[in-house]
Amino acid sequence: MSSARVVWSRFKKNRLSVAAAIVVLLLALAAIAAPLISPYKYTSIDVNNVLSAPSLSHPLGTDELGRDVLARMIYGSRISLSVGFVAMGIAMFIGVIIGAIAGYYGGWIDSVLMRFVDIMLSFPTYILILAIIALLQPGIFIIMAVIGLTGWADVSRLVRAEFLTLKERDFVLAAKSSGAGNLRIIFRHILPNALSPVFVAATFGVAGAILIESSLSFLGIGVQPPTPSWGNILSSGKDYIETAWWLSVFPGLAILMTVLSYNLVGEGLRDALDPRLWQAERTSPD
Amino acid sequence: MLFFVGRRLAQMVPILFGVTVISFLLLHLTPGGPVEAQTGLSLKSSAAAKENLRKLYGLDKPIHVQYVIWVKRLARLDFGKSFTDGRDVLQKIEERIPITLKINILSMMLMLAAAVPLGITSATRQHTFFDKLTTIGVFVGYSTPTFWLALLLMILFGVELGILPIAGIHRIDTAGMGTMALALDEAKHLILPVFVSAFGGIAGFSRYMRSSMLEVIRQDYIRTARAKGLPEGVVIKRHALRNALMPMVTILGLSVPGLIGGSVIFETIFSIPGMGQLYFSSIMERDYPTVMAMLVIFAVLTQFGNLLADLAYGLVDPRIRVAGR
Repeated sequence: MSSARVVWSRFKKNRLSVAAAIVVLLLALAAIAAPLISPYKYTSIDVNNVLSAPSLSHPLGTDELGRDVLARMIYGSRISLSVGFVAMGIAMFIGVIIGAIAGYYGGWIDSVLMRFVDIMLSFPTYILILAIIALLQPGIFIIMAVIGLTGWADVSRLVRAEFLTLKERDFVLAAKSSGAGNLRIIFRHILPNALSPVFVAATFGVAGAILIESSLSFLGIGVQPPTPSWGNILSSGKDYIETAWWLSVFPGLAILMTVLSYNLVGEGLRDALDPRLWQAERTSPD
Repeated sequence: MLFFVGRRLAQMVPILFGVTVISFLLLHLTPGGPVEAQTGLSLKSSAAAKENLRKLYGLDKPIHVQYVIWVKRLARLDFGKSFTDGRDVLQKIEERIPITLKINILSMMLMLAAAVPLGITSATRQHTFFDKLTTIGVFVGYSTPTFWLALLLMILFGVELGILPIAGIHRIDTAGMGTMALALDEAKHLILPVFVSAFGGIAGFSRYMRSSMLEVIRQDYIRTARAKGLPEGVVIKRHALRNALMPMVTILGLSVPGLIGGSVIFETIFSIPGMGQLYFSSIMERDYPTVMAMLVIFAVLTQFGNLLADLAYGLVDPRIRVAGR
């Protein structure tokens, strides 16, 4: 991987991705500072303003219990982002380990692991997640775990491919001949060089996990009320579709903005981290 | 080529065996069985009654015995009987297929109809404002939650404008309607679901079409076509497009799992009685035979999608079918 400074100098040439990175940072700050910036507590009920349209006192309106939608969305960002990051972290962790072992050792170990990956990828991911979450008790930790446990297969293929080429390189042979053990070679020598595609996949992974969590919560088998999440606010939006459009519009915009930002950062990161693409751009128009 | 297909089919056998194991374990190792789901609300159901139910469903046998019984039946395409209504699972699924298939084929056609021209135009006008605009549009399309788009369209066309129905595939009183009127009524009901399920795909497909087209127009034979003085329109439509379309078959094959997942979402939102809705309700009711059957069917469809993608790849690049992966 190129040094961080080189990557940054390439990344910042893509203005769209830089703007997206700023949005990502602001969202993270808002989630951390939720109690400071939220106009109300996410549980506080305004009995005189049930399902009221956006107004000065409730800028994004209130829900069916008279709770402030903006406050619930700010607290909801904590849920969405933490599900996104933890689920992604689990997927990357498993994917890296499986991919590294398969790629490094090869042979029957590789065959067994990759056939297992084939089986995992035979199920449409969303179908598998639905089945597991609905059969278990839905809850935030279950959701994180299940999205993570069903999302590692693609990552393991990426990491395996990197290991297949890297393990033949001279620096690995040098480490081997100087007596380094397998684990040391895998984690100290090869893995740091194989991480570029993992970073890119991780950024897209956060976006994907947020989308999945919100759709599960929307279907009622995700984050359970009274805990606020963008998806379960949308779920009540569907119940009051004829009267309260603000319940449907704003949380969805928040999801779109967040997912879009992570995707754009991922795209910028991919271009910045890929030296082949960097050279190719000089010679060919695409 | 035939050899290539045969080998790919043979590779599918162990994978599908693994699929049956995982589908089975997934349902049988999770807490809360169908017996609990059915008797949970009635306090009267005694331990003996529960035991009887368990026997009736064959859940009293050891788990590996249950698996063997299930797989043996599966091999004869006997998916067993539903736990919830005792009907044949295959029959239950069969009657849900037409509507899901119809919506997915229509949305696939819409996807291609929109994405192919979009992709070609961005490729032939690379680095122009149009190209940049569609690139941003593609990212927005990727990032839009389908169910949210569905909600917004329901509010706009169903509630505010009141011109499109927002649930089901027919109005409630269809009695006395002629064939034409029925078809029109169904078409009206399908507009939103088809558009919603096509939306995300348009983004991905047009991106793919763009890069495929960019690759082709850099080839020598395109330069030759231009050099001999053919008009640009002919070069693009006759020479470039044909070659650029082939890789689209690959992406069609690979989009199968996404289409299946999408069907669950839009069928639930629009209350469409298709496969996706059946899957979701079967999970909720712990209807093991139906859920397991559908998991296996979905996996087989995904595998065939992959096969289609590989075949298209093999046609374009003969090295792949010789060397394998």
